[in-house]
Amino acid sequence: MTASATSAASAQDNTSAGQDKTNAAGSRGSQPPVPEGAITITVKIRRFNTEFDDEPRWESFQVPALPTDRVLNLLHHVKWYLDGTLTFRRSCAHGICGSDAMRINGVNRLACKVLVKDLLAGGGKATTITIEPIKGLPVHKDLLVDMEPFFEAFRAVKPYLINYGQEPTRERIQSAADRERFDDTTKCILCACCTTSCPVYWTEGSYFGPAAIVNAHRFIFDSRDEAAEERLDILNDVDGVWRCRTTFNCTDACPRGIQVTKAIQEVKRALLFKRV
Amino acid sequence: MATTTDQQLVLARPRAPRRPAARRNNFELYSWMFMRISGMALVILVLGHLLIMNILDGGVHRINWGFVAGRWASPFWRLWDLLMLWLAQLHGGNGLRTVINDYARKDATRFWLKMALYVSMVLIVSLGTLVIFTFDPNITN
Ligand code: SF4
Ligand code: SF4
Ligand code: FES
Repeated sequence: MTASATSAASAQDNTSAGQDKTNAAGSRGSQPPVPEGAITITVKIRRFNTEFDDEPRWESFQVPALPTDRVLNLLHHVKWYLDGTLTFRRSCAHGICGSDAMRINGVNRLACKVLVKDLLAGGGKATTITIEPIKGLPVHKDLLVDMEPFFEAFRAVKPYLINYGQEPTRERIQSAADRERFDDTTKCILCACCTTSCPVYWTEGSYFGPAAIVNAHRFIFDSRDEAAEERLDILNDVDGVWRCRTTFNCTDACPRGIQVTKAIQEVKRALLFKRV
Repeated sequence: MATTTDQQLVLARPRAPRRPAARRNNFELYSWMFMRISGMALVILVLGHLLIMNILDGGVHRINWGFVAGRWASPFWRLWDLLMLWLAQLHGGNGLRTVINDYARKDATRFWLKMALYVSMVLIVSLGTLVIFTFDPNITN
């Protein structure tokens, strides 16, 4: 409690406005009561304000948290009560929208799906949680990155149903077995955890990246779609699937548990054996 | 500065394609496959080579002109060495090509690094091949 109070005070020093009621620019004011059983956690955030900073810097906040809190709650606490200038994306807070991908303790995760209890330091030591923006995309501010290169790769693989036949008057029927073939890749929420964990993508942004391949896979193996050939041609080029080094970073990062590397291998196999 | 509505709004076309169209050839596919196959072949070729040169009877100390001449008297060992040379050069060269593609930031750097790579590959492969085919065991006489 004392630790969080001091950080609130230092946040106040940082604000040039120095208004009376609020304790930091744009935040909601006095802190809420600390719940029973809360522990103080150091949240170390990589901050970058492109308007004022020449380069990113680390800033630490002391945040009271329950073990059952999510990392997103810690960020909310910082933004609402300590420093309102902290910038990050989130909307659903339930692992559905895919907006809050970030690097938490060095791995890409959704802040709303990681629980504090899983990050606690053992042996009664003080816990520090580091949070950085996802790598490989330009940082706009703090944890907010420019997602456009990511979505550009997504659009480039034509992630929509293409069927050249007559439009049917009723639903396009598909067997359960045919549906099963791409079931895994329908789960993607386009959070970019996978693509921004890929070492190939870090060094070469023109690589389509795992997320685009996952979404191509979703249509390539759909029996109702007729443009598998077009998408396979796109992924057969320099920036396509052959760039993948099978390091499984993407599979490890995916918050939906999609077998990303497996999907990429299936696309490679379809190209090798000319069979979808 | 206020923007008035009479000013024409200039927006990039949101769906404009930014990537060059796919080249529709299988070069990357074949080079990927070549890496797997040559890799497997090299495991046998190189380990066999190391075993013969460094471990079997006396190892590295018995290697001299006569030893090489004796081995290369047989076309089998010439073919072995020739295969090893070509596969190792192409395998390593293709690996470096991928590394350059991944890590070079500027197009010019990428181009010149690759040129240096290709030239060195051609030099080493041709020199090695020349030696293997024109080796004359009696040259000292
Ligand atoms: S498996 Fe492939 S796509 Fe996934 S992180 Fe590794 S190199 Fe990137
Ligand atoms: S495949 Fe998984 S990690 Fe990648 S964008 Fe989709 S949901 Fe996110
Ligand atoms: S806020 Fe929607 S996925 Fe985390």
